[in-house]
Amino acid sequence: MNTVPLIETKHLFKTFRLKKGFLTAIDDVSLFIYPGETLGLVGESGCGKTVLARVLMRLYREDRGEILFQGKNIAKCHPKTIQQLRSDMQYIFQDPHASLNPRMSAQKIIAEPLDIHRLGSSEKRKQRVFELLSLVGLTPDHARRFPHELSGGQCQRISIARALALHPKLMICDEPTTALDVSIQAQIINLLKKLQKEKGLAYLLISHDLTTVKYLSDRIAVMYFGKLIELTSSAQLYARPLHPYTRALLASTLTLEQSRRQKYIHLSSTRKPSKRSPPSGGCVFYSRCPKAMPMCRVKPPIWKEVSKTHGVACHLYR
Amino acid sequence: MNQLLFVKNLSVSFTFPHTTMHIVRNLSFNVNRGETLGIVGESGCGKSMMAKSLIGLLPEMQAKMISGTVVYKGQDMLKKNQREMRSFLGKEISMVFQDPMASLNPTIKIGNQVGEGYKNHHKGVGRDKVKQRVITLLAQLGMSEPETRYHQYPHQLSGGMRQRVAIAIATITEPELLIADEPTTSLDATMRTHVLDMLKAIQKKRGMSMILITHDFSVVTHLCERIAVMYAGDIIETAPTQDLLKSPKHPYTRSLIDVIPRIDMPPGQSLGTVEGTPPDLSLTPLGCSFANRCPNVKQVCRSRKPNRVQLSKSRCVSCWLYDRHEARETP
Repeated sequence: MNTVPLIETKHLFKTFRLKKGFLTAIDDVSLFIYPGETLGLVGESGCGKTVLARVLMRLYREDRGEILFQGKNIAKCHPKTIQQLRSDMQYIFQDPHASLNPRMSAQKIIAEPLDIHRLGSSEKRKQRVFELLSLVGLTPDHARRFPHELSGGQCQRISIARALALHPKLMICDEPTTALDVSIQAQIINLLKKLQKEKGLAYLLISHDLTTVKYLSDRIAVMYFGKLIELTSSAQLYARPLHPYTRALLASTLTLEQSRRQKYIHLSSTRKPSKRSPPSGGCVFYSRCPKAMPMCRVKPPIWKEVSKTHGVACHLYR
Repeated sequence: MNQLLFVKNLSVSFTFPHTTMHIVRNLSFNVNRGETLGIVGESGCGKSMMAKSLIGLLPEMQAKMISGTVVYKGQDMLKKNQREMRSFLGKEISMVFQDPMASLNPTIKIGNQVGEGYKNHHKGVGRDKVKQRVITLLAQLGMSEPETRYHQYPHQLSGGMRQRVAIAIATITEPELLIADEPTTSLDATMRTHVLDMLKAIQKKRGMSMILITHDFSVVTHLCERIAVMYAGDIIETAPTQDLLKSPKHPYTRSLIDVIPRIDMPPGQSLGTVEGTPPDLSLTPLGCSFANRCPNVKQVCRSRKPNRVQLSKSRCVSCWLYDRHEARETP
C-alpha cells in the first residue's frame, strides 16, 4: 500500500452553537484514507458521521485540527483553492431525489461540474456526459429526462455520474444505498465496486448498515458520539471486535443466518445520553456499556493501538 | 380451524383517465392464529395496497375495483360497511404504518393519540384509567419517562420513539391481528433490532397474529415463521422461513436472496442482481409476469400463466419449472 495517505485528519474538532449551550459533533477524530482504498464509517444516527464528511468536503469549517489532502493542509486555505480541491473530492448524498435539482435535466445535472470548472468546449462536455452515462449504466436517452421521471436507483446513478465528472480521487458516499430497495441496493453497490476498480477511486463510505460496509470496505471506523472508538481492517472488525459498542452494533445487525443473533447484547436506547449535555469526564459510552468499570466514569479512555492495524479507545484494553 | 384470516383471489385495480392499474392480481394466502407471516417484495409490487385493501383503507376513489374474498374469523371483510368496519378495526385488526412522522397527528399530544383507540372501544372507562394504561404501555415499549412523553407532541420525539408510539397506538386495543407495513424502514440498525424485538415480545405475550410487510429479507427472517414473496401484485412463493432461505424455488425468490450482502461473504465476490425493472402494472401479460427478467425462462412462460403448485404441505410456488403436468404436455 502507498505510504502517503490521500486524506488525513489530525485531532479534528467541530462544535455547533445552539440556543442553549454547545453541541460537540466531532471530538478529536484522527484518521486517514489511502488512494484506492475504501474506509467505512459506521455509527448510530446522530453520531457525527455526516458532519465529519462535510468537514472533509469543506462544507463546514472545523474548530481545531488539521486536514491534510495529499500531504497539504487544507484546513486554512483560500476559498479559491477549495474550489479546485473539490474536483478531487466529490460527494454522493443519501437521498437521490433530494440531491438533484428538479428543474434540471439529467444532462444539465451531470454537466454542471464541467461548466463550473470550465472544462472543454460545449461539444466536448456533451460527449463527456454521454460517456459518464454509459459508465454508470444508463443510456443516452436518459440524458433528457428530469429527476421526477427517473426511479430512485436511476437518480442515484445520475448523482454518481455527476460526482465522477471531474475525475475525483476521493468520493465521499453518505449512505448511498439507504434510501433504495434491496435489489437496487445491490446494483449500486456493484457499480461502486466496479468504478473503484476501473478508476482507482478512494471511498469514504458512511452507513449504518454493517453488512454493506463490510462488503465494500477495506477498513472500518466506528464512531460514537463524535468520537472515534475503534478502527481496523474490516475482516478484523468482524472476527475480533474489541470495543463493547462495536460488539453491540455487530450483534444488532440482522443477517440471514440466525445463529449470529444469539450473541445479542441489549443496547438500551433509553439510557442513550443527550447530545446537548454529553457525559463529562469519563467515557461517553459509560451509561450504556455492559462492561463499565468505575474508572470509565471518571477518566476518558485514550486511543490505543492494540496492533499495527487495530486501534481502540476503551479502558478494557490498556 | 386455526385459520384466522383467509384471502382468496383478491384483486384490486384502479382506473385512471388513461390507464387501469392492476395493483393486486388474484392473490390468495392465509394467516394462522399466533403466526407471523412475512410478505416480501420490491417497492411497487403492491404490498401496501394489498394490506390496505384487507381492512378497507384504500383511498376513496370512484374507479377502484376490489374482488375476491377476505374472510376473518368467518366474516367477509369486503362486505362490511364503514360503520361495521369502525367497530371492527382496532379491536380485532390494527395496522402500523410505514412512516411514523406521517401517520401521527402533529397537533395532538402523544397520550391522547395512543389513548384514543382504547377509549373508543371501551366506552365508559374513566379518563384516569385510560391514562394509566397508556403510560404502562409506553413503559412496556421501552420509552423513557412515559409520563413526560404522555404530554409531548410527535415532533419532540426521535424517529425510534415515534415508531414506538405508532406501535403503541396499534396495540393498545389488544388486536388479534396486527398488520405492520415496513415498521422499521426509517430506523437505523440498532433501533431496528430493538423495535423488532419489541414487536416479537408483544406478540408472544398476547398470542397475536401478525402480517409483516417489508422489502428486507433480514427483517422477515428475524421475525416470521412463514414468508410469502410477492411480485407484480401476486404471491409467487410461500414457504416456512428456513426452507425458503435454504432452498428458494422460484427464480425471483432466489435472486432476491442473492442480492443481500452477507457478513461471511468472501471479499471480491460480486453481489447478484435482479436484472431489468419491475413490470408495468397497467399491462396484463399473457404469461408469467416475471418472464422478462427470469434467467430460467421457457417458451410456456411467455404464453400462459403458471399455476400454483403445491410442493409440500406448507410450500407452494407459481412457476412453470415445477409444474409436472406442463412438463408432460410440452415436448
